Amino acid sequence: MILVVAEQRDGTLNRATWEAVVAAQQLAGGGVGNGTVTIAVLGSSAGGASEELAAAGVGDVRVLADSALEPYTPDAYVIALAKVITSASPQVVVFPHTYQTRDFAPALAARLRAPLITDVTGAMGTGSGAAFTRPMFQGKLAAEVRPAGVGPCLVTVQVGAFRADQVRKGTNASAVTTAAVTIDRSAIRQEPETPFREAKQAVDLSQAARIVAVGRGIKSQESLPIAQALADALGAELAASRPICDNGWLPMERQIGSSGQTVAPKLYVALGISGAIQHLVGMKGSRTIVAINKDADAPIFEVADYGLVGDLFEIAPAIVEELNK
Amino acid sequence: MKLAVCIKQVPTREWQPRLRDDKTWIRDQDVSYEMNEPDAYALEEALRLREKHGGEVIVCSAGPARVQQVLREALARGADRALHVEDDSLAAADASVTAGALAGAMAEEKFDLVLTGLQSDDQGHGQTGVVLAEQLGIPHATIVMEIHVQAAEGGLVAADSPTPKIRVKRELEGGWFQWLAMPLPALLTIQSGINQLRYATLKGIMAAKKKEIRKVALPAGLQPSQQIVAIALPVRSKQTQMIAGSPSEAARELVRRLRDEARAL
Repeated sequence: MILVVAEQRDGTLNRATWEAVVAAQQLAGGGVGNGTVTIAVLGSSAGGASEELAAAGVGDVRVLADSALEPYTPDAYVIALAKVITSASPQVVVFPHTYQTRDFAPALAARLRAPLITDVTGAMGTGSGAAFTRPMFQGKLAAEVRPAGVGPCLVTVQVGAFRADQVRKGTNASAVTTAAVTIDRSAIRQEPETPFREAKQAVDLSQAARIVAVGRGIKSQESLPIAQALADALGAELAASRPICDNGWLPMERQIGSSGQTVAPKLYVALGISGAIQHLVGMKGSRTIVAINKDADAPIFEVADYGLVGDLFEIAPAIVEELNK
Repeated sequence: MKLAVCIKQVPTREWQPRLRDDKTWIRDQDVSYEMNEPDAYALEEALRLREKHGGEVIVCSAGPARVQQVLREALARGADRALHVEDDSLAAADASVTAGALAGAMAEEKFDLVLTGLQSDDQGHGQTGVVLAEQLGIPHATIVMEIHVQAAEGGLVAADSPTPKIRVKRELEGGWFQWLAMPLPALLTIQSGINQLRYATLKGIMAAKKKEIRKVALPAGLQPSQQIVAIALPVRSKQTQMIAGSPSEAARELVRRLRDEARAL
């Protein structure tokens, strides 16, 4: 069996779950886990999410319903999933590589003494086992990794690496079973409060048709007008990678990436952005991507349609001049 | 408050990848190294907690002899002493081995709070901190943006006070946050940008020379959980058209293609 652990909040399914299903189906197609996929959904209010998954007919849905699973805590998730994995002994367990998974999956793997391969972008299955591709060194290299040992292997799949629209749906809806898990509440050490948003986001970058984003290559806050001028000439919004916002050079609400906004504009110009994975997941769906960077090997060029290697302090003003002709 | 910070030494951002002949790891003789950036934020946060609540900051690293460079740098920035689990095999260790090596050395110190960066800029498993918490048997929270220590008057562990707690702000995805509380001791993985980093002063660098770096042997019996079969430059998912020429020539060609080919203007 291949077990997919779905992510839901208040009954709404996180879309990245479908990408985890696609990865599981690829492995199943290669004969891993005898070719069967089962989906686990955690939480007593998971009804909407479990129905949506069952309707797709991709595999049996098991709902772990215990009130201790809501709100989410890493301790409760580790306890519940350790029980399920120990009793079902799946060959591979697939999670979406979300912030929530990153919060509990390493502890789960440690408790099970099972391998955990994170941020996977490719999954290859054969009858005898599975191999995975994952980025290393900030995406400068890609590694092919195999789990050690014989027990269940846990993998998290990078958001956007598998395409949700490639889910092979079944003709009939899948069975939904509710499994009781007993969780000792005194074993949950975290006391979570209700999630909140800091402030209403004044800028909704997801609606922008064009975006100029700046990264470390801009070097100083004083140089930002160079990027702003390019944005103005293109009729674009100005955005940034995380380090720029960390430095306070631009407000956090203009950050693109896994911790900021996800965008897919008509045109995305990456100015001095090397292209760490955390940034790429927020913008690689853009229709046309232009990368301008002094380092020809920067990972940003892997997702770019047009690449210019050189000094952004010369190239950006030259583009502005050309646009104003 | 007894604070630990786990620090990894990683290749500099400018490093151009070169592979070893067997194509399973990098050619490490070519590499220059620096402190993993997320760990630098964890160190800064520990120094600030010490300034507020008193106590000591101990930096811990698992790696070959070369990692003394980043431990020395952390001492120069203000850490009090260092633990170094030294072994050449740790250079390419996975997260479970690294965490196991650290746990062995750290358990007996009985830290109140352990901070790590949220992931490393080399292998990037994003696991070591959370696995370490599990191995030390303490609760954790990840991707932390703010820390409040709810200490009793007159010290953290006054005999008659209830269990000391921390309340932390976690970053969720898409601009959401969440506060949560947990008892000490605990482990937190720190999000980059939680604070503004300080750099070592000349006085700090001089003082660091006299500070202790205690070497600890790698515990026996740690088994890797995964194996790198091959490592390579990533396959391009798109056919990138590289536009060459002087800045003005390249700009002209780019604008032409954005107008005529991509219709993005």
